[in-house]
Amino acid sequence: MLYFIEQCLNGVQLGMLLFLLAAGLTLVFGIMDLVNLAHGSLYMLGAYFAATFATVTGSFVLAVILAVLASLVAGMVLEVVAIRRLYDRDHLDHVLGTFGLLLFFNELVRLIWGPAGLTLPLPREMLTAVQVIPGVYYPVYRLVIIVTTLAVAVLLYGVVMRTRLGMLIRAGAANREMVGALGINIKLLYTVVFGLGAALAGFAGIMQAPILTVQIGMGENILILAFVVIIIGGIGSIRGAFVASILVGLIDTIGRAFLTDLLRRVLSTNAADTLGPALSSMSIYMLMAAVLVFRPEGLFPAASR
Amino acid sequence: MCTAASKVCWKADAVPDPILQIEGVSKRFGGVIAADAITLAIPRGEVHAVIGPNGAGKTTLVGLIAGEIAPFAGTVRFDGNDITRLPVYRRNRLGLARSFQITSLFSELTALDNVALAVQAHRGHSFRFWRDARSEDELRKPALAALARAGLGERADVLVAKLSHGEHRQLEIAMALATNPRLLLLDEPMAGTGPDESVRMVELLRQLKGSMTILLIEHDMEAVFALADRLTVLVYGRIIASGEPAAVRADAEVRKAYLGEKDGGGGRHG
Amino acid sequence: MTASLDPTLDAPPQSALLTPRTALIGCFLAVLALLPAYPLLTGDAFTLTLFTRIVILAIGAVSLNLIMGYGGMVSFGHAAYLGIGGYAIGILAKEGIESGFVQWPVAIGASALYALVVGALSLRTRGVYFIMITLAFAQMIYYVAIGLDRYGGDDGLTIYKRSQFGGVINLNNNTLFYYLCVALLVGSIYLVGRIVNSRFGLVIRGSRSNDRRMRAIGFPTFRYRLVCFIIAGALCGLAGALLANHTNFISPAMMHWTRSGDLIVMVVLGGLGSLFGPLIGSVTFLLLEEGLSRITEYPNLILGPILLLVAVYVHGGIQGLLEGRRRA
Repeated sequence: MLYFIEQCLNGVQLGMLLFLLAAGLTLVFGIMDLVNLAHGSLYMLGAYFAATFATVTGSFVLAVILAVLASLVAGMVLEVVAIRRLYDRDHLDHVLGTFGLLLFFNELVRLIWGPAGLTLPLPREMLTAVQVIPGVYYPVYRLVIIVTTLAVAVLLYGVVMRTRLGMLIRAGAANREMVGALGINIKLLYTVVFGLGAALAGFAGIMQAPILTVQIGMGENILILAFVVIIIGGIGSIRGAFVASILVGLIDTIGRAFLTDLLRRVLSTNAADTLGPALSSMSIYMLMAAVLVFRPEGLFPAASR
Repeated sequence: MCTAASKVCWKADAVPDPILQIEGVSKRFGGVIAADAITLAIPRGEVHAVIGPNGAGKTTLVGLIAGEIAPFAGTVRFDGNDITRLPVYRRNRLGLARSFQITSLFSELTALDNVALAVQAHRGHSFRFWRDARSEDELRKPALAALARAGLGERADVLVAKLSHGEHRQLEIAMALATNPRLLLLDEPMAGTGPDESVRMVELLRQLKGSMTILLIEHDMEAVFALADRLTVLVYGRIIASGEPAAVRADAEVRKAYLGEKDGGGGRHG
Repeated sequence: MTASLDPTLDAPPQSALLTPRTALIGCFLAVLALLPAYPLLTGDAFTLTLFTRIVILAIGAVSLNLIMGYGGMVSFGHAAYLGIGGYAIGILAKEGIESGFVQWPVAIGASALYALVVGALSLRTRGVYFIMITLAFAQMIYYVAIGLDRYGGDDGLTIYKRSQFGGVINLNNNTLFYYLCVALLVGSIYLVGRIVNSRFGLVIRGSRSNDRRMRAIGFPTFRYRLVCFIIAGALCGLAGALLANHTNFISPAMMHWTRSGDLIVMVVLGGLGSLFGPLIGSVTFLLLEEGLSRITEYPNLILGPILLLVAVYVHGGIQGLLEGRRRA
């Protein structure tokens, strides 16, 4: 039971990371109508930036802040140099072009940082565990992830709903041409939005770095999970992305933790051990398939699209 | 002549054996009521025009009849069958063809290829993988006939991209004709046509009169009064009047809402 | 010979047979036909291996072009069928079934089945959704393959014997195997050529052009697109079976999503919706990849931006370039 609670928390934590990625993706898609396969590369760059800054400055917190800023800048530069030329092409060209960028970034990282991958060590204070519920000890750092990503989510909600920038974002998502016709500098808006998405992705990469990995190609696997989240939640919908992220995070984590054991009770050990890992990795895709059957537009489709 | 006040003539039995019968059809989009309990019965062979100012819900009505939009209340009956839940392609197979307000064609193909596709949909199945479809006379001949009927006989091998706007409109009609319709649902066929082209279109529609029922959504008043047997006026999703053109034209409510102060028959747009 | 619907391909009234395009296609076909002479003369077996792989992947590209180029269904999960086809061979071989007469139909059938399931779920969506969903389903089967410990899991599985066809053909002869692949490639191009001009093909192409219109004239487009999707999956499954035989090895990497991306690149590079485009695209892309990896340790630093440039500036792929088509 305690193990179950721990796994639930892990699921929420994974969900929050997915949300950061999905939110950035869905923002960019909602406003610029752009499919960005290189989004995972920005996640990867964030982690690499953080690891490097940590080595250089010796401070974890400073490294995080600098890496987020670096991700923001990297995103905006990428938008100006490459991404903006894709806007008036069709989705297939987006796929092709951002796929090329993805290959490029993986290779670039290999050139600069080498093939081996890096580590981002945690500061001593975060290496302990706290008692969240009597009897359940949970690593401090994972709690930090949950809390900070939740804070970022709230911040994002605040920006989108309550600021002028957010209003422009929502207006742009609803009617691109109109916003341009109103004299708003659309080009700048797009650059800022893309940079924002990059910062979110980079932040996610940074936060998971100490517990998971900093290596080439790390962005791709989680990117596809982010796609699944968006499909389940509904394209263009931040609220949908939030709910779907938590769902996907929970189902994936709990599935991996418990499915094989559950199967052992019903099937022979051999069969359970063969099927278990395969089925648990399929679980979120099953969820996605179910959503597609009953609600192809997603759980919380954005009203305008 | 029926007005918003009287309800009598909109009851189902007012028209015996109608080809199209819409009862209590309603649709809302968010807070906007696009169709408000619309009830209408159209007898076979009639040319019935639906007019109304912009935003009146005419496009919604077309979508509801064609099957692209599902009503949240009410029924649509075609030739006695309840088609309310039927998808678009099934309604077409039953004999309900439509043209699009903003021309919707296969722009990379020739006029003939466009119409041949429409023919193909109604001639046997299309799970044939080997034979070159463009060589099938079974498809070409009826397509050429439909094109000729719509006045495009000479332009069969021209790419759609190279046809004029008026010809696009004619092509829309040709495609609808190729599906052997019993009811032709025309969504603003005159939209964007010049004076010559609209005269030709009116002539074409006049020739079709009698061999099929036509439900015409239009802004062009000259065309409407030249063709329509009966008129229905739609304002904010509700029918405010329905009946013979002369009577509708004379109705004060209608004139106020739509035709303007003076006799509106001379203008193209209300 | 072109099946593209694009009006800018209207050839001006001149000799329609020898255009830059047909000349290029002719060259490619000639090279393919004569290729095995090269290793015979120079003793360099690698070239034959390389080109066998190119031809096999070209079959995959041909199948993707059917749904993507002609049908407008951008599938980012097409490599899944390479994997399913390959794994059918590998799994059966491991379980002692070595006859190609059993293996190959299973490979094609299993791929068709998976395409049926994925298509039935995905084809209710369009555009970006469809791209993401097909990607997700391919990823799913990728993870399933990794989980199959008995069949190598992440490390993959060696296939000791190529598919046995009794006395009909000996696949262990690399030259013979190569020509078989070429024959299958030419055959699949011919098959696609017939399909896209048939009634079925016109429905698919019409649906790509204007699906709303298709339904308005009475076509239940979903079922046609699904069948098309299944055909493409089955054909790619065949390519997968060939690939497994070629490398004597299967692994989840066959269906890694970057492989799906490669297939898309090959189709777009060659020119969407043209019969020989996938061939031109595959040869170009794979030779480029091979060439770049010989001159630098970091080939994607060049390849990546090339793809981006193609996406931004090139309309209609290589064939479009030849015809001097400008950006639309």
